[in-house]
Amino acid sequence: MTSMTATTSSSVRRQQWREFWFYFSASKTAVVGLAFLLGVVLMAIFADIISPHLPAEQYREFAELPPAWMEGGQMRFFLGTDYAGRDMLSRIIHGARLSLIAGCIVVVIAMSIGVLLGLVAGYRGGWIETIIMRVMDTIMAVPGLLMALVLVAMLGPGLVNAMVAISITYMPSFVRLTRASTMSEMNRDYVTASKVAGAGPIRLMFISILPNCMAPLIVQGTLSFSTAILDTAALGFLGMGAQAPMPEWGTLIAENRDLMLSAPWTVTFPGIAILLAVLAINLMGDGLRDALDPKLKRS
Amino acid sequence: MFKFLFKRLLVLVPVFFGVTLVAFGFIRALPGDPVEVLAGERGVSPQRHAELMAQLGFDKPLWQQYLSYVGDVLQGDLGTSLITNRPVVEEFFELFPATAELAICAILFAVILGIPAGIIAAVKRGTFIDQGIMSLSLAGYSMPIFWWGLLLIILFSNILNLTPVSGRLSFLFEVEPVTGFMLIDSLLSDEKGAFKSALHHLVLPSIVLGTIPLAVIARQTRSAMLEVLSEDYVRTAKAKGLSPVRVIAIHAFRNAMITVVTVIGLQVAVLLAGAILTETIFGWPGIGKWIIFSVFSRDYFAVQGGLLLIAVCVMAVNLIVDLLYGLINPRILH
Repeated sequence: MTSMTATTSSSVRRQQWREFWFYFSASKTAVVGLAFLLGVVLMAIFADIISPHLPAEQYREFAELPPAWMEGGQMRFFLGTDYAGRDMLSRIIHGARLSLIAGCIVVVIAMSIGVLLGLVAGYRGGWIETIIMRVMDTIMAVPGLLMALVLVAMLGPGLVNAMVAISITYMPSFVRLTRASTMSEMNRDYVTASKVAGAGPIRLMFISILPNCMAPLIVQGTLSFSTAILDTAALGFLGMGAQAPMPEWGTLIAENRDLMLSAPWTVTFPGIAILLAVLAINLMGDGLRDALDPKLKRS
Repeated sequence: MFKFLFKRLLVLVPVFFGVTLVAFGFIRALPGDPVEVLAGERGVSPQRHAELMAQLGFDKPLWQQYLSYVGDVLQGDLGTSLITNRPVVEEFFELFPATAELAICAILFAVILGIPAGIIAAVKRGTFIDQGIMSLSLAGYSMPIFWWGLLLIILFSNILNLTPVSGRLSFLFEVEPVTGFMLIDSLLSDEKGAFKSALHHLVLPSIVLGTIPLAVIARQTRSAMLEVLSEDYVRTAKAKGLSPVRVIAIHAFRNAMITVVTVIGLQVAVLLAGAILTETIFGWPGIGKWIIFSVFSRDYFAVQGGLLLIAVCVMAVNLIVDLLYGLINPRILH
């Protein structure tokens, strides 16, 4: 009996995946975005193996070398070198690690706390809801980057504090989404049924209601992932995020800013890396929204 | 209408006090005690320390400090800058026109290009043009604008030598600040060529700051138009034999406007956050650069005051956008 239920639920799950993939793959650009993102993830994981040099290794005699295809460039340093003779390509490959991890951690923190607060607000209502929602309104009243900046000023500059600060500014959108879906799910029959069956509030919130609110949350999570990478880079650029020798993409642009005119490649390539990674995630996010949003689903 | 306004203002009250709490908590939450933080690395003698604590009110219980802070705020006193020794409010409003001018030009750039682009994409749905516009706008939406600014400086200022790199006006001119808006002030002054110089300085920062709003406006205009274009009244208008331009511009777009205005209103927070980066890159003497400078020079009263004033600006604009709905769509009666 148990094994039968297990098979059915796993075949249902497989069916759901197949349906999801059917809708998701309908958008070619979304698949391209996903493939590119997977490429970046692999690059980040195997950074130590792929990158031709160590990211911090300085080849002083080759400082400010242009990319290989330009005059004076060398194949050894394909994307050129920075002011200290460090290989740009290796720094960018290692930077992918920092940027992706930062984006992930921001989304995980913002989403887990945001979903928890949103569930409690939507489920309990009353004064708890009022307090949670007013706090979120307050966070939203200040432009995100400014709030993050002030929080980092308070906590001290650094990548970890930047991630914490950015996740706080992302929390309100998760709280609002979860609260809205929770409130509309609360009156459904299945919730009443499981309440009648004696389910406690924790079970109702996390096992009955939450799985049915996931679709918009996944889409929001993806979009936040891309903006998190952008904001981490922006804080790094302002000198409040990852600190100098770290090859975080925004920090790379900041440390080479003075070379912008004499060695423009040192600023150009990290920016292209940010743009492409963020673009790939956004393409994927658009596809996810089309595949998961029941309102837009083509029947 | 007034009832609606009153209701909306009432909702803003807790948010306002929330922001004062954040601003108040900011200085107290800094590691170390406030006077040490304000004194920086130089440090102070214990005697002077106690004096300053009493003078700044840090020796009282927290709730008393908060009440007197809110009292000061409500009277328009946001403290004194530690660097310039001038009231924070005065500094803020002196720099505010520069940011406002930049933000207005950026949003104009975004609206003037974004709305037509969105309409064209919607009308030509599924074609090469639609795909092209949407790809470009997604790229714009994904743009790290601090990098975009540097790239434009390399291209337009360095290689093509078309635009200046930073500031609001060439050093050759001296313009009396009347309104604080350089475009207007330069027109009012007798200096020949000052207006052109001000315009030149404004082009790149406006493009950089307007890029993300442009992308968002184009995307949202497209989806709002697509929704409206499939409505029955649009089909009726077409069936009556009205020209396509009339159908699109008058029948469809007017109804898509609600969404578009909402989106434009939401861009204000985006613009103010973007101004921090844009002003830093272009040396634009506005609020964004001032906030960054204050953070780095540990001028915490300026940061505290700036945070509060910017939040109030965002709240005010959101309120105005809400009121505008009624003007655009008479069906929404406040």
